[in-house]
Amino acid sequence: MTAIALSLKDLNKSFGPAKIIDNVTLDIEKGERHAIIGPNGAGKSTLFNLISGLYTPTSGSVTLHGEEISGMAPHLINHRGLSRSFQVSNIFTNMTVRENVRCGVLNALGQGYAFWRNIGSNKEVQTRTFEILDRCGLVDKAALPASLLPYADQRALEIAITIAGGADVILLDEPTAGMSHSETERAVQLIRTATEGKTLIIVEHDMGVIFDLADRISVLVYGDIIASDTPQNIRGNAKVREAYLGDEDLPEEIA
Amino acid sequence: METLVFGLLNGVSYGLLLFMLSSGLTLIFSMMGVLNFAHASFYMLGAYFAFTISGSSSFWIALFLAPVLVGLIGAAVERYGLRRVHPNGHVAELLFTFGLAYLIEEVVKIVYGKTSVDYRVPDLLNFAAFEVYGASFPAYRLFVIVIAIAMLIGLWYLLKKTRAGLIIQAALSHPHMVGHLGHNVPLIFMTVFGIGCALAGLAGVMAGNIFVTDPAMAIQMGPIVFVVVVVGGIGSLEGAFVASLVIGLLQNLAVGINASFADIFGFIGLSELSEVGRINISSLAPVLPFLLLVLILIFRPQGLMGEKEL
Amino acid sequence: MTDTTDFQNLAPSAGQKFRQRTLPFLILAAILLAIPMTGPSRTFYTVAHQMGINVVFALSYNMILGKAGLLSFGHAVYFGLGGYLAVHAMGWIEEEIGLWGSIPMFFLPIIGFFGGALAGATIGWPSTRRAGTTFAMISLGVAELIFAAAFMFDSFFGGEQGISGDRMNGIELFGLSLGPIAEVYWFIAFWMFVGILGMWAFTRTPLGRLSEATRDNAQRVQFIGYNPQRVRYMVFIIAGGFAGLAGGMAAVNYEIFTPDALSLLPSGFVLIMAYVGGITYFVGPIFGAILLTYMQSMLSDFTEAWLLYLGALFIGIVMFAPRGLAGIIFGFFDGLRGAERGAFLKGWITSLVGGLFMLIGLIILVEVSVRWSNGYGEIYEPFGLHLDHASPLTWLLFLATTGAGIGLTALANRHKEGTT
Ligand SMILES: Nc1ncnc2c1ncn2[C@@H]1O[C@H](COP(=O)(O)OP(=O)(O)O)[C@@H](O)[C@H]1O
Ligand SMILES: [Mg+2]
Repeated sequence: MTAIALSLKDLNKSFGPAKIIDNVTLDIEKGERHAIIGPNGAGKSTLFNLISGLYTPTSGSVTLHGEEISGMAPHLINHRGLSRSFQVSNIFTNMTVRENVRCGVLNALGQGYAFWRNIGSNKEVQTRTFEILDRCGLVDKAALPASLLPYADQRALEIAITIAGGADVILLDEPTAGMSHSETERAVQLIRTATEGKTLIIVEHDMGVIFDLADRISVLVYGDIIASDTPQNIRGNAKVREAYLGDEDLPEEIA
Repeated sequence: METLVFGLLNGVSYGLLLFMLSSGLTLIFSMMGVLNFAHASFYMLGAYFAFTISGSSSFWIALFLAPVLVGLIGAAVERYGLRRVHPNGHVAELLFTFGLAYLIEEVVKIVYGKTSVDYRVPDLLNFAAFEVYGASFPAYRLFVIVIAIAMLIGLWYLLKKTRAGLIIQAALSHPHMVGHLGHNVPLIFMTVFGIGCALAGLAGVMAGNIFVTDPAMAIQMGPIVFVVVVVGGIGSLEGAFVASLVIGLLQNLAVGINASFADIFGFIGLSELSEVGRINISSLAPVLPFLLLVLILIFRPQGLMGEKEL
Repeated sequence: MTDTTDFQNLAPSAGQKFRQRTLPFLILAAILLAIPMTGPSRTFYTVAHQMGINVVFALSYNMILGKAGLLSFGHAVYFGLGGYLAVHAMGWIEEEIGLWGSIPMFFLPIIGFFGGALAGATIGWPSTRRAGTTFAMISLGVAELIFAAAFMFDSFFGGEQGISGDRMNGIELFGLSLGPIAEVYWFIAFWMFVGILGMWAFTRTPLGRLSEATRDNAQRVQFIGYNPQRVRYMVFIIAGGFAGLAGGMAAVNYEIFTPDALSLLPSGFVLIMAYVGGITYFVGPIFGAILLTYMQSMLSDFTEAWLLYLGALFIGIVMFAPRGLAGIIFGFFDGLRGAERGAFLKGWITSLVGGLFMLIGLIILVEVSVRWSNGYGEIYEPFGLHLDHASPLTWLLFLATTGAGIGLTALANRHKEGTT
C-alpha cells in the first residue's frame, strides 16, 4: 500500500445559496501526478483554494500527510509541505525576479523573519535561488522587475515562486494557460523536472499536456468529480466524453 | 437617578450627532474607498458657517444653508482635488484629505481667529424642556435628537426609496459594476462626497453651540469619529449607528459617575493613594472611546458588524 | 545544470557594491566630520541637532509606511515613550541607582530604542492585525489613548511640565562631557549615522525584504509560508525601536520630555516629513527631514501661517509629485541623461517657474490675509512694496502671479503629454 499524500473527504463549499463544490472525495498518493480537468466554472480553482487554505470548507475535511488541515491558515498549510500557484499570475511586481524567488527560498531555510543577517550572506540561499531561476529559465532576467516580464516568463516565475520553498505537494492552477505551443512545451518540461519525486496536482485545459504528464485524471463537473482514473480509462469513459470532452476537444492522435 | 436620566438623554443626543458624522464618513468610505481624514474639518466648517449665517440672519436659515455650503465645498474638493489623486490609490487619497485638514484649520484660524467664536443656541430653543428631580433638560438637546432622527429617516428614504439611492446601494456592494451600467461614476462620487460632507456640516451646525466652536474642534472630534467607524465595522452603516449610540451613552454616563478606581477595586486592595486608584471614572470619559477601540481590536477585530478581512 | 558558482554573476559586482553601498556612507561620514570645522554658530547647531533627530525619526516612520505599506498617524508615540524612558534613565544615571551609575549618557539612545520597541511590541500586537485604512484609523485612536493616559500617570509623564534631566552626569565617553553644544554635536552625529546605517541594513535583511513583499502582495506571501500579520508586527516593533532611538537622542539634546512629544502633532509632522521627502526611496525621508526641519525653524519665526504653508506643500506633493523630493531630484538627473534632454529641460524649467509664480501668489494671499485677520493694522511689505488688503495692487499682483503660474504649469503639462 502506498502512502496517501492528500486526501479530500466529503468536501463541500457554498457561496450563499450556490453550491460550488459538491461532496468531493479524492485520495492522491505520494508521488502521484494528478490532473484535474473540467469546464470553466466547474470549481477547479475553488477546490485549490479550499485545499490551500484561502477558503474554509463549508463542510468536509482535507488531510495532508494524515493531518487535518481544513480551516488552517495558508502559511501553516505551506509549512506542512503544500504549495500552490495561481491561475492569474500572483507575483511581487515591485521586486526583481530574483527577489521574488528568494522570498520563497528564505522561508524553507528557516530565515524568513530574520532581521539580524544580511540577505546576501547565506550561500545556501543564493545557491538554491540560482538553481530555481536556472531551472525555470529565468537566470537572464533575474535582475528585471517582475512587472516587466513578458507573459510566459511571468507564468514561469509563478511556478518558480511555488516550488522555491521546496514543498513536496505542488498544486498548479492552469500553468500553461495563454501560452504559445512552444512556450507550453517548455513549461511542461519545466514542470516535469521541477516536480520530480513530488506529488503534483495540476489543473489544465491542454489535453496534450495532461495525457503527457498525468498518472491519473479527475474530471470535475459542476463541483462534482464524475470520474477519477488513469488517462487510458478516462479517454474511454463515455460519461466523461458526454459531459466534458466532446470529441473535437481531443487531439487527433489520442482520440 | 437624575444623573442616569440625563446621562441617557445626553448620550442619545451625542450619539446621534456622532452618527451624523460617521454616517457621512461611512458612505464616502464604502462608495469611494476613501477615508476622509478631513471629515471633522467639514464638521467644523458647518459650525463656523452657522455662526456667520445666524449672526447676519437667523439660526433657521443657517440650519439649512450651512450644510449646503459645506456640501458644495466638499463636492468641489472631490472634483478638483481627490479626483486627481485617485489614480495613485487610496493611501494617496487619505493623505490628500490629511493635508486638507491642516489647510482648513489654518484657513479657519485666519478668517475667524484663533480663539472660539460666540455661536449660541437660538433664543427660541433656549429654555428648559422639562424638569426631572429638580434639574432641567435643555430644549435644544431635544431639538438635536429630533433633527438627527429626521436625518436618519431622510437618509433611509434616500437609500431605499429613490433611484439615486438604488444606484448608491448597488455601488456599495458592487463598486465595479455601476460604471458598466452606464452611470456617470465621477458624478456619483462627487455627489456622495458632497452629501457626506453636508452631513458633517449639519452635525457642526447642531453641535457647535452645545460645545465650543473653535479651531481645535475638528481635531478633537476627528479621532472619535474614526473610532466609531472602526468599532462599528468599517463600511457598515448599521454598525456605525450602534457604535455611535454606544459611545455616546458610554461617555455621557461615565461623566456622571463620581467614583475612583480605588472605590471600585478597593476590595482587591487598590489604594486610594496609588496613581491608578486615584483615577476617577468621570475623568476617564474622554478616553473611553479609545479604550473601547482597543478592546474591540483584541476581541473582535472586524468590528461589531464588519466583515472579516485580511 | 549550470555550475552553481554562477550565482555570483547575479549579484552586483564589487565596484557596483562600493559605489551604491559603501560610498554614500563614506560621504555622509565625511560631511559629518567636516561640519564642525566650518565653525558653525549656535543656531546652526540647534537646527542641525533637530535635523539629526528628525532624520532618524522620519526614516523609522518610512520603515512602516514606505517599506511595509502601513500608514500610521501615531508614530510619535514610540518616539515619545522611548524618549521618556531615556529621560528617566538620565535621572537614574544621575542618582547612580543600581548599575545605572556605570552607564554613560552617551548610550541613552539605546535605552530609547528599547523603550520604543517595547511600546511597539505592546501596541502593535492588537493594531497590526489589520492593514490598510483600518490600520491608519487604529493608529490614530491608539495615539489619542496614550496621549490622554499620559496626563493620568504623572509619575512617568510628569504632567504638563513633563520630566527633565541633566545630561552632564555619569561616565564620560570619548572625552565628551556633553555639556557644550559642540560636544552634543558628536553625540547626535554618531547616533544619526548609526540610525541611518541600521535602518539601511534592515532593508537588506530577509525580514526587510519580506516586509516589501507583504506590502506588494499580502496574499501571495501567505502561500509561500509567511504570516503577513507577523511580518507587519515584527517590522512595527523594529520601527518603534528606531523611533525610540530618535527619542533617546532628543532626550539628551533637550534634557526634557513633555506629553506633547507623543501627541498627534509630531505624528502628523513625521508623516509629512517622510512623504514630502519621498517614501519610495530610502533617502527620501532624509531629504524631507532636513528640508522641513529647516522650514520649521526658519519659517515659524517669519510667519504665523507656517502650518498653512506646510499643509499646502504637503497637498502639492500628494497631488503633483507623489514620489516626493527624492523623486523630483532623481527624476531630474534621469531626464538629463535621457535622450530628449532639450525638451525635458524646457519642460522642467517651465514647471519650475510656473510653480514659483504660484508660490508667490500663495504667499501674497496668505500673508496679506493673516495681517488683515489679526487687525493690528500691520502691513505686509516685501521688497519695499506696500501690500495692504485694501489696495488694488495687492490683488492685482496676486491674480497676475497665480494666473501666470497656472498658465505655465498647464503649458508644461501639455508639452509633456505631447512628447510622451
Ligand atoms: N469567492 C467567491 N464568491 C462567490 N462565488 C465564487 C467565488 N469563487 C468562485 N466562485 C464561483 O464558483 C464557480 C467556480 O469557479 P472556479 O473555481 O474559479 O472555476 P474553475 O477554476 O473551474 O474555472 C464560479 O461560478 C465562480 O463564480
Ligand atoms: Mg480556474
